[in-house]
Amino acid sequence: MTEHLLEATGVVKRYGGVTALRGASLAVRPGEVHALLGANGAGKSTLIKILTGTVRPDSGSFRVGGTERTIRSAAEARAVGLASIYQDPSVIPDLDVRDNLRLTRTPLDAFRGWMAELGIPDLPLDVLSRDLPLPTLRIVDLARALAAEPQVLILDETTAALPADLTERVLEVVGRQRDHGRAVIFISHRLIEISTLCDRATVLRDGQTVGVVPIEPGAEDRIVALMLGPQAERPETERATGPVAAGIVGAALLGAEAGPGGADAGPAPTAAAAPGELRLAARGIGAGSRLHDVSLELRAGEVLGVVALEGQGQEELFETLAGARRPTAGTIEVDGRPVRFHHPADAIRAGVVLVPADRLQALLPQRSVRENVALPFSAPFRRWGLRRGAEEPRKVSAAIERLQVDTRAQAEVRRLSGGNQQKVTIARWVALGVRTLLCFDPTRGIDIRTKRQIYALLRELADQGAAVLLYTSELEEIRLACDRVVVIFGGRVVDVMDAALADEPTLLRAAYALPPDAPLPVLDEAAS
Amino acid sequence: MSAAPAGTTEQLPASARVRRLFREQPVVPLLGLLAILVAILLTVQPGILNRPLGWANGIVYFAVPLAILAACQTLTMLTGGIDLSVATIASMTAYVMATQAPSQGDPAAILIALALAAGVGLINGIGIGIFRVQPLIMTLATGLVALGGANVYQKLVLTAGSRVPEPVAVLGSGTTFGVIPNTLFLFIPLALAIMILLKRTGYGRMLYAVGDNPVAARLAGVRIPQVLILLYVLSGLLAGIGGIVLAGAAKTATLNAADAYLLPSVAAAVIGGTSIFGGRGGYAGTIVGALILRVLLGLLGAMNTPEPIRQIVYGAIILGVAAAYARVTDDG
Repeated sequence: MTEHLLEATGVVKRYGGVTALRGASLAVRPGEVHALLGANGAGKSTLIKILTGTVRPDSGSFRVGGTERTIRSAAEARAVGLASIYQDPSVIPDLDVRDNLRLTRTPLDAFRGWMAELGIPDLPLDVLSRDLPLPTLRIVDLARALAAEPQVLILDETTAALPADLTERVLEVVGRQRDHGRAVIFISHRLIEISTLCDRATVLRDGQTVGVVPIEPGAEDRIVALMLGPQAERPETERATGPVAAGIVGAALLGAEAGPGGADAGPAPTAAAAPGELRLAARGIGAGSRLHDVSLELRAGEVLGVVALEGQGQEELFETLAGARRPTAGTIEVDGRPVRFHHPADAIRAGVVLVPADRLQALLPQRSVRENVALPFSAPFRRWGLRRGAEEPRKVSAAIERLQVDTRAQAEVRRLSGGNQQKVTIARWVALGVRTLLCFDPTRGIDIRTKRQIYALLRELADQGAAVLLYTSELEEIRLACDRVVVIFGGRVVDVMDAALADEPTLLRAAYALPPDAPLPVLDEAAS
Repeated sequence: MSAAPAGTTEQLPASARVRRLFREQPVVPLLGLLAILVAILLTVQPGILNRPLGWANGIVYFAVPLAILAACQTLTMLTGGIDLSVATIASMTAYVMATQAPSQGDPAAILIALALAAGVGLINGIGIGIFRVQPLIMTLATGLVALGGANVYQKLVLTAGSRVPEPVAVLGSGTTFGVIPNTLFLFIPLALAIMILLKRTGYGRMLYAVGDNPVAARLAGVRIPQVLILLYVLSGLLAGIGGIVLAGAAKTATLNAADAYLLPSVAAAVIGGTSIFGGRGGYAGTIVGALILRVLLGLLGAMNTPEPIRQIVYGAIILGVAAAYARVTDDG
């Protein structure tokens, strides 16, 4: 057996009543890219936090480079050659790039070299970090980690919100770490990335390591089986029903072309729904510096997809429609009548509700699942009195049940896994009664099982007469979840198409505002 | 083995169970601490056992005004705020009541005084809710302004004389059947009302929500300025009631009567398990916190130590309880 660079065995960690890890293990060899996989709540993040010293394990043994050691802080982790990159860049927004680098004693020349490798060769170092676009910051974060020449580089969902071109560049650079006998631990929900980049994968389920799989053709099936566990073999009738669910499982897991499931049930769901009356319309709305002129019509019974590269005004669009931001141009119409939303409460009264991208913007972390779901019931002034009657508790229970929210960690929502938290944010509006649901990237960084449930639910809500506007950063999902799709570029609608025809390359071209037959843009563009 | 869910509560280690108890039911361990303090006091001063009711009444008379002012801190702290104007409002309310009573009659004097208390609270609420002034700064400032105003008022009414209305004095310092302090007839319904407000009303839910995550609350349709304005008006009213009870106990009203209660009111809420960062806490803990502070003062008084030493010990124990509490309830 090869000498391991990093080895953790029998790791146990409990948070209050919830056992996050119950004997996880991970062994990384020099010269490999090692994927760490598992559904949300399987314990990936906890294991990573333990490895990097930010969380103390209850038990477990750790070897770095063959010698037993415990890592008690991030500084100790750095000292033994571990570096980690998270989805949110760890830079201080009020310092310029140079000062941020100084804080971590990063050698500037090495940093510049890596920035060039990553496709951003001449970033000025005296800009405040807060003025840089998020993808650039992520690259800065990565280059900084690489400049420290870590023995083991840990990427936790780093690619989840990067534009496709930057992702490619990142994967290439990361893959080259192998050549120096170093190792990378890679966490991603995109199996495509795993299969192109990684050598082996450790699969976690329910806090335990359930398998270590070499990545080779056909490994996806085994990985998926391990991740889903024995219950995946049961027919999924009661959970996510029909061809929608089947199609989503197949395609989201394996890519639309790769799996047998995807081939069988690809475009099936879109045919079913016939759109009803006009629910919500945007007429040339603009807001802030990014959203200029977007018109769209959302009808009852349909799921309308929104596709855009990062920062094309989609956040502003959703916030404006939900009353969280005032439009500077254009009008919003609900049920054919023009409306003015001064506060999210106005939009909610008109039946327009938002599931925001960031779960931290939607949840009360210290409150229970029930309190979180019940929140909008009490928000109007006239509902501030005694809470009476069985109607509200009944609706709350029904919504929690319908979304299959895991309520074991009842007392505080912040103890739930990301997927369960996301379900709570949606359950809130299901309980209140949804007419028009605006979902901003609801499946970002969420495991496959939950993803499938969320899409099946959105479809079901639409079939029951709701109107759903769905922005997603995962293009392959559009075809499976939506009826039509609107493409936004530079704050304007550049294309509207039938979702059945919207495969990934088509959408990507449209998102870059390119004619359908043009080649995809080269990697350097995102840097500017 | 894979059928077992990833977390079951039965297999928790003892320390984790204790932590959970502290987090979810802070009143239970606090009552334990109170019992320990009382037991120490009884060993230091066994004479108390000869007149236990008299001793208990003494504790209640001083704990009730503290608990009422600490209610202001509990409610405002739940939203991540604080009310540093409570002492001024309490003293001012009592003073206005006592000076208006000779000319206006008792009921009118009480109403005028409470309206003034609510008015100062309204100014706090508008500043904090609409103009987004930091609660600490806003209430500190209105407290100073109100104190100045009260001093001017004092000069104006100097000749008119003042008296604490008889019913207020009976409420504040009398007993029923010679054993039950009358303040309890006011305090118990008031405390129940506050607990019901927090646990069973939509408004209580709003307070926790605004303190836990204002961004999420707003997106869920909560109009935060409304919540905060009503909150500080309530806080002002409660402070006024606290001041009236205090005047009843002392049978006199001065413009600095409640000053000594300001920081203990914050301490009682913190010891009672309410987080100054908002979103966590409740009133039952605050009441026990107020009792603990009172018993602690009695204990230190009984120990025959010089005043400065007493203050040092008092402060150190408050710090110790708060730190232990934070440590126990913090996550691993």
